[in-house]
Amino acid sequence: MEIKNISRRTFLKASAFIAGGLVIAFSIPHAKRFMSKSPAGSDAQNFTPNAFLHIGNDDTITVLLAHSEMGQSIWTTLPMLIAEELDVELDRIRIEHAPPAPVYAHTAYGLQITGGSTTTWSEFDRYRQAGAMSRTLLVMAAAQRLGVQPGDCRTENGMVIVGDQRLTYGELADDAAKLEAPGEVPLRDPSQWKIIGKATKRLDSREKIDGSAIFGQDIQFEGLKTAVVARSPYFKGKLKSFDDSAAKQIPGVVKVVEVPTGVAVVADNFWAAKQGRDALKIEWDAGSNAKLDSEQMFADFRQMASGKGAIASAAGVPDSAFNKARKTLTAEYTMPYLAHSPMEPLNCTVKIGKNSCDIWTGTQAPGLEQAAAAAILGMKPEQVNVHTPFLGGGFGRRGNPATDFVSEATHVAKAAGMPVKTIWTREDDVKGGFYRPMNLHQVKIGLDEAGNPLAWQHTCVGQSIMTGTPFEAYMIKDGVDATSVEGVADSPYIKATPHHLVDLHTPKIDVPVLWWRSVGHSQNAFVMESLIDEMAHAAGRDPLEYRRHLLKDHPRHLAALNLAAEKAQWGSKLPAGVFRGLAVHESFGSYVAEVAEVSVVNGEVKIHRVVCAIDCGLVVNPESLAAQMESGIVFGLSAALSGKISLKNGQIEQTNFNNYPVLRMSQMPKVEVYVVPSTDKMGGAGEPATPPIAPAVTNAIFAATGKRIRTLPIADQLA
Amino acid sequence: MLTLNINGQERQLDVPEDMPILWALRDVAQMTGTKFGCGMAQCGACTVHLDGQPIRSCVTPVAAAVGKKLTTIEQMSNDPVGQAVQSAWQELDVVQCGFCQSGQIMAATALLASNKSPTDADIDVAMSGNICRCGTYPRIRAAIHQAAEKLA
Repeated sequence: MEIKNISRRTFLKASAFIAGGLVIAFSIPHAKRFMSKSPAGSDAQNFTPNAFLHIGNDDTITVLLAHSEMGQSIWTTLPMLIAEELDVELDRIRIEHAPPAPVYAHTAYGLQITGGSTTTWSEFDRYRQAGAMSRTLLVMAAAQRLGVQPGDCRTENGMVIVGDQRLTYGELADDAAKLEAPGEVPLRDPSQWKIIGKATKRLDSREKIDGSAIFGQDIQFEGLKTAVVARSPYFKGKLKSFDDSAAKQIPGVVKVVEVPTGVAVVADNFWAAKQGRDALKIEWDAGSNAKLDSEQMFADFRQMASGKGAIASAAGVPDSAFNKARKTLTAEYTMPYLAHSPMEPLNCTVKIGKNSCDIWTGTQAPGLEQAAAAAILGMKPEQVNVHTPFLGGGFGRRGNPATDFVSEATHVAKAAGMPVKTIWTREDDVKGGFYRPMNLHQVKIGLDEAGNPLAWQHTCVGQSIMTGTPFEAYMIKDGVDATSVEGVADSPYIKATPHHLVDLHTPKIDVPVLWWRSVGHSQNAFVMESLIDEMAHAAGRDPLEYRRHLLKDHPRHLAALNLAAEKAQWGSKLPAGVFRGLAVHESFGSYVAEVAEVSVVNGEVKIHRVVCAIDCGLVVNPESLAAQMESGIVFGLSAALSGKISLKNGQIEQTNFNNYPVLRMSQMPKVEVYVVPSTDKMGGAGEPATPPIAPAVTNAIFAATGKRIRTLPIADQLA
Repeated sequence: MLTLNINGQERQLDVPEDMPILWALRDVAQMTGTKFGCGMAQCGACTVHLDGQPIRSCVTPVAAAVGKKLTTIEQMSNDPVGQAVQSAWQELDVVQCGFCQSGQIMAATALLASNKSPTDADIDVAMSGNICRCGTYPRIRAAIHQAAEKLA
């Protein structure tokens, strides 16, 4: 088989590690396992070499990433951690995504997955250890060869140096591999760091600007066909019958096969497959979801909210405390389903051999995909090789425990009896489910004489994301999915309210839901930070001063809040028609405050400037941290301004970027990012900038117009 | 069999006339730098140049390129404006996931080829057809200004 464009890396991998050299691998130290049990297949030892770092006797230095690069820059950050301890220049390091294997399990989650804004902090020790361990062994090998003590050696850019003798790491690799590795080696003191904390440019830049970077969509090899699948327009709808006679007339169509999710048209190229798919005549059995309607669903949620839900947080006696309140505020907030819409539509290439299977797909969870494909094929997980090219965006959609796009593609290749790349169209992606859940919150807050919260009753209604995932046992307790109420039940505002009750209703609906960048915080921060603004207004207090007062015992919230307020010059005069809004929220261990400057003219919102401040503890790469803040803000703005997935007559109403619009260049505000100098516990970067942006903008809209936005997206409310 | 001039080379492609240029490039000429993002000229990931003009290759039939010069991202390293754009992209660390960046660079290069010192408003007009879900817009804007300065 001739591989046309699969990156050289992918194929070197299989041979490079067998050829010799030093391979550094570790078991998971101090793993704080979230999971109740191992996922299917994860206990199997993979035959692929387990390693974070390989030094070849040809002087190649390869870092394997236990996490997937989907834009967040871990392709740069994780090698920085190794290079800091190994003493090599970053430009000498070759980087690969690791194959699925137990050794690459997440140090906190216990399975190989990229998510929860955890990569940098969860790998901070493990990757530095990999670098330090290698350096120690290389020095030992050099000392033996030269008959000196390890203490006589120093290291510099890939060499061990003793006096005027220099040995490259490659020259020492085979000897180092024969030495017994010490249990754990000391890591460098932060005062000695040369790389960690230094703004470092991305190592994947070049290939992403000259068209040579390989994404899942770009996999090609001799004999590979392309499939486009017709799926039921109704969730859980069933295929009744289909007529493929017209589809088969399309030149280039090779085969039409039935798969569990629908009908796949397999062709020589995408265009033929797409035309073939469009030419299918299919009858669907809509099943029980033929009438699903978002408006009706919100009405049902409202009905549920009137009853008692599962208790997520409670203190005091809210019912009687409301009698003592000077002022009472009630509000209902609603947030729609949202699609992730990564720029690269979903796709997966599957090549099934006699005793093995190769899968190429941009995934955040290669081990889950491997196990799912193995089950479909009746193979052992180790017979399925999952290759992870670059991910053209993920935002949670490519880390799906339901393994929808990989399972389907495996069925397609199996049914077709040939290697197939299954490509989703944008419409397939928008309509395909696995959304951020729609949510309804009903809130009643009693304020005391000073305007501070005395009693707080907060009812959340929304589907559970964690049900049915490997995280269920850990994340769902007493009927409460922690992600449904995160940022509410654990809110410092609510926790400090002497009388409070947070309860949750979890409707069961056949619209599949999934974590979406910042998960429950994506809707909950909007509700909480809007409410605080409502309360400040009701109390006649400045929103900044009010937050400072309520957060007086939360120094990291305060640090972010104060830095953002200072840089935005909160309270200073703005150009006519421009107004400020503020929000601060903790998520994924990081504390982010944002100030938005907004004008509203003829019902059109314009966001002029966003000032963002973050405290995420120690920063490994300030350059990528700033980029992630910008990124999270844009992602949140798209959703806040116009993001809405809705159902009518059982079908998704949106199809493509024309009716599921996202932020464009002309709408892009100036964004300024400031970092709170901090040596506090490390938090995440990929998600925490998203939650505060919607309320910062809607609070500014309130300042501008007096209109309180309690339903997203904003576009529907100002129209 | 159609004859196309792609990046200065004559290529014979066995494709139907109505096949979009995007798929002729990706699936037949096997040049995968140009990306599929939406299929309806909404996102700009498929942007290429046809006689120097930026077009959305996902909706432009391949027949429209016959007798014209088709230029793709693969050619930008050989193009003086493309080089300036690429180096500004690297210096300002623009990319994130990278999937939209071929299209962004093709749109930016076409802008700078026709407008040596674009204003922010010019950039809005030229670049608003190119979506980036990672939110690299501020860096793209800055990189276009920087490339313009270098080319001046």
